[in-house]
Amino acid sequence: MARKLLKAYVSKNQLMFGEKTMRKTKSIALGIALAVGTFTASGAMAATTLENVKEKGHLQCGVTTGLPGFSQPDEKGNWTGIDVDTCRAVAAAIFGDASAVEFTPLTAKERFTALQSGEIDMLSRNTTWTLTRDASLGLNFAGVNYYDGQGFLINKDIGVDDALQLDGASICIQAGTTTELNLSDYFRAKGMEFKPIVFDTSEQTVQGFSAGRCDVLTSDRSQLAALRSKLSDPSAAKILPNTISKEPLGPVVRQGDDQWFNIVKWVLSVQINAEELGVTSANADDMLKSDNPNIQRLLGTDGDMGAKLGLPDDFGHKVVKLVGNYGEMYDRNVGPDTPLGLDRGINALWTDGGIMYAPPVR
Amino acid sequence: MKKQTIDSRPAGPKPWYDPRVRSLFFQVVAIALVFWAGWTLVENTLANMESRGISTGFGFLDETAGFGIIMSLIPYDATMTYGRTFWVGLTNTLLVSAMGIVAATILGFIIGVARLSSNWLVAKVSLVYIEVIRNIPLLLQIFFWYFAVLGALPSPRQSIDVGGTMFLNNRGLYVPEPLTQDGFGLVWWALAIAIAAVVGIRIWAKKRQLATGQIFPTFKVGVALLVLLPAIAYFAAGSPLEWEVPALKGFNFGGGITIIPELAALWVALSLYTGSFIAEIVRSGILSVSKGQTEAAKALGLPNGLTLRLVVIPQAMRVIIPPLTSQYLNLAKNSSLATAIGYPDLVAVFMGTTLNQTGQAVEVVAITMAVYLTISLSISLFMNIYNRAVAIKER
Repeated sequence: MARKLLKAYVSKNQLMFGEKTMRKTKSIALGIALAVGTFTASGAMAATTLENVKEKGHLQCGVTTGLPGFSQPDEKGNWTGIDVDTCRAVAAAIFGDASAVEFTPLTAKERFTALQSGEIDMLSRNTTWTLTRDASLGLNFAGVNYYDGQGFLINKDIGVDDALQLDGASICIQAGTTTELNLSDYFRAKGMEFKPIVFDTSEQTVQGFSAGRCDVLTSDRSQLAALRSKLSDPSAAKILPNTISKEPLGPVVRQGDDQWFNIVKWVLSVQINAEELGVTSANADDMLKSDNPNIQRLLGTDGDMGAKLGLPDDFGHKVVKLVGNYGEMYDRNVGPDTPLGLDRGINALWTDGGIMYAPPVR
Repeated sequence: MKKQTIDSRPAGPKPWYDPRVRSLFFQVVAIALVFWAGWTLVENTLANMESRGISTGFGFLDETAGFGIIMSLIPYDATMTYGRTFWVGLTNTLLVSAMGIVAATILGFIIGVARLSSNWLVAKVSLVYIEVIRNIPLLLQIFFWYFAVLGALPSPRQSIDVGGTMFLNNRGLYVPEPLTQDGFGLVWWALAIAIAAVVGIRIWAKKRQLATGQIFPTFKVGVALLVLLPAIAYFAAGSPLEWEVPALKGFNFGGGITIIPELAALWVALSLYTGSFIAEIVRSGILSVSKGQTEAAKALGLPNGLTLRLVVIPQAMRVIIPPLTSQYLNLAKNSSLATAIGYPDLVAVFMGTTLNQTGQAVEVVAITMAVYLTISLSISLFMNIYNRAVAIKER
């Protein structure tokens, strides 16, 4: 009850005051949630996240405020992107319905608070897996759906070919990201100086970059490709070859509910395994007749893999049929045929020279 | 006959009917309830955070921050602690608040008086300014100034050059920085002596006026002292001041003092917005002084300037100060909108980046709220002291 009231309060504030108040409200909502503590904490002990989600009838998933290829609403309000599909896959596994998801747009600064306070069930918002986040925020990273690294976007007319020439540059950056820390580390290590211009959303960093407030825009390379496509003249900007950090991006859940953690982790693993085994959304039904035991276990025609997770036994079939395998998800959202045009690179399967590797379903 | 001791006091009511005991009892109960509620909240929060595996405590303030901040009044770099980022954010908030309060006050008084001008054009222009500015949300105005200012300014390589020493571009305003050399201490001493002298002269002049009625030109003499004494000391010490002129190197200008566009946009927006409210407060204050007061002063033969200074303004101030205090409080709190355009104030730096990097939302939000409360209460306290000083004294 209190949870619903709080949610209603937060969403009312979103409508009334827009993003800014929303963030403050979120941090404060966490304080209230933790202080009053009668709903989610004790609620979590009485009911698991899975039970809560089933009772609500939909999955509440935290995504970005709009980042092409990862999570972006179209003009009709339908969300698309690789992070969105990760959420849809979980919904498909639980409900057998990939549309049983509601999305909560979050800025980088708001995301963890929203998950901690129980406002969302899972966070799928190109979030980098780091030790501090995993260990001290009360969160668990349930895998990696995109291996990324931080890069630099510049205007071609400043005549720079390498990040080492960026001494003294003004750099636009999004607040509350690991990129903020990587950038400082990189420049310090190279003995260079920079001026950070810190904005709340990636949208604003693009505005600052277009307005000439900064020479450089820094973010994860996949994001730079997306943001570059948003510029009025994308050909005037280019991405420098340097990659200055490791950014494994993946879905996040609250700590302390291992069943839910396992569900999110294994739905993603099922998608990666499906690509490896050649199961796609198109042939998922035919593959039900396959005599390959790996495929039988994956699609639930053999064994009780689903029951072990608290899911229907055919959850793998639903995930692949309704959302697709990892490769389909990648190609549809960020692959070479999309505006982002990102090659698989290290995100290719381990069998194809990449590092995308999932533990076996058995 | 046995002496009878008679209690001369009338027998008091039973303690539970005694109003004093009763009120004391209820006050103690109320205080106990408040403390119990507070303690329960803290206890509950800590227990819940622990059960969710969220780290608690203020130890994070000593950890290395590791992120850069564009503007800091105190020395800062990424190797310093999260605690340091708090002070950086706080000083930046105080800077823009103080700048805003000064500018909004000056602007507000000018517009407020202009609003009452007998000149039709001046009065209407002020009216339009007030009605337009105070009816547009502040956040929109901040965006407008930020992107309008940025859009109009050239890139660093095409900077607007003011006499080869000052440069204006979309990265900010670059002005020369005065670097004090050996011997500049003499100038500070001269300034201190001049200030002491002005205070002394003012006290002496007031006494003399009370005794003899003669008026001493304190203001003119004071200004002369404040300018001349340090100037003489400056030249006597051999001009111990060098100017570091900003110069273009690489992408940006280096050296000198930089006023970043975020600060400029926030300052302009806050000053204009709050100034429009102050203008109306000033107008109401002046109109609250009855016309009879002015006429009486004129009848005594006071010139216009003195009438305004000695009769109208002191009485108007009594009406102006309390709502003016609220406007100052609003301005200080509204400065937290800085985060929308990337000015590194307390909310952007501490409740933004620091909160997000450490994840210690409860602690950081509590500290931030305590700081804004302290700033607001301090402003309130000083304004109340000033209010008491200008309030009407009944003798």
